[in-house]
Amino acid sequence: MIPFLFVAFAALLVGCSLMVILHKNPVTSALFLVLAFCSLAGIYLLLHAEFVAMVQVIVYAGAIMVLFLFVIMYLNLKRDVEHGVHIALRRGAGWILGALLLAEGGLMLARRWAPGPTSTEADLSAPVGNTLAIGQSLYTRYLFPFEVTSILLLVAMVGAVVIAKGRGPGVHREPPAGASGATRGPAHPPGSE
Amino acid sequence: MIPLAWLLALSGAVFVIGVIGVLVRRNALIIFMSIELMLNAANLAFVAFARELRSLDGQIFVFFVMTVAAAEVAIGLAIIVHLFRLRETVFVDEIHLLKG
Repeated sequence: MIPFLFVAFAALLVGCSLMVILHKNPVTSALFLVLAFCSLAGIYLLLHAEFVAMVQVIVYAGAIMVLFLFVIMYLNLKRDVEHGVHIALRRGAGWILGALLLAEGGLMLARRWAPGPTSTEADLSAPVGNTLAIGQSLYTRYLFPFEVTSILLLVAMVGAVVIAKGRGPGVHREPPAGASGATRGPAHPPGSE
Repeated sequence: MIPLAWLLALSGAVFVIGVIGVLVRRNALIIFMSIELMLNAANLAFVAFARELRSLDGQIFVFFVMTVAAAEVAIGLAIIVHLFRLRETVFVDEIHLLKG
């Protein structure tokens, strides 16, 4: 079962990675990258690296890709022309995937009502995940790198804000000073003259 | 039990795909995504070796790599946004500010 799952996830990962670099539309590339990250999280789960898998989904597939998509849509690049065959293919794939999802839901519902094998107590009490061990190691042996990492994130945040703000026309305009000068304008010229 | 060789082969394949993406594509955003692919391939190798050596250190390194990747993406996307405001393009072969 595990080798089969691994092959499936690996095929998904390689296919999605290829689509990332081959597709013309940056938004589609970003979404394929999300799928690639999720399949990689599946591989991590197969390797019993549960903490890494969860962080992969949260940080990569969540935060980083949201940043990517935000920038792609903010830049508003030229999109490629949609072809008729592609539309038809996509629509067909959508229907097939929707039908698969429906079948899967029905299957789960049917299994739930069927008397399945009940989970034993040992399975429930077995330790799930290695988050505890990783946390202990991270806060004892790797405490200094951990703190340096937080400083790195702070520096990156400040740098990103400073770079992205830029020296645009906003500096020359200076809205607060201009606004206060405009409100004080009627009172000021008599005093200055 | 997945053999180590499979994992390393998968990691190498993803890394090569990332390299090809950096080399082939002109869009700076796609190049960034390819860099992410390469970082993830390295992470996969870390986790594979951590499992092989029965050690958690590899997974902790993955944590640090993810942090650096997040910082890199934030800075890099800020630079791309700034470049786009300057040059109205994200195609790297049209950005030659250092060329005399």
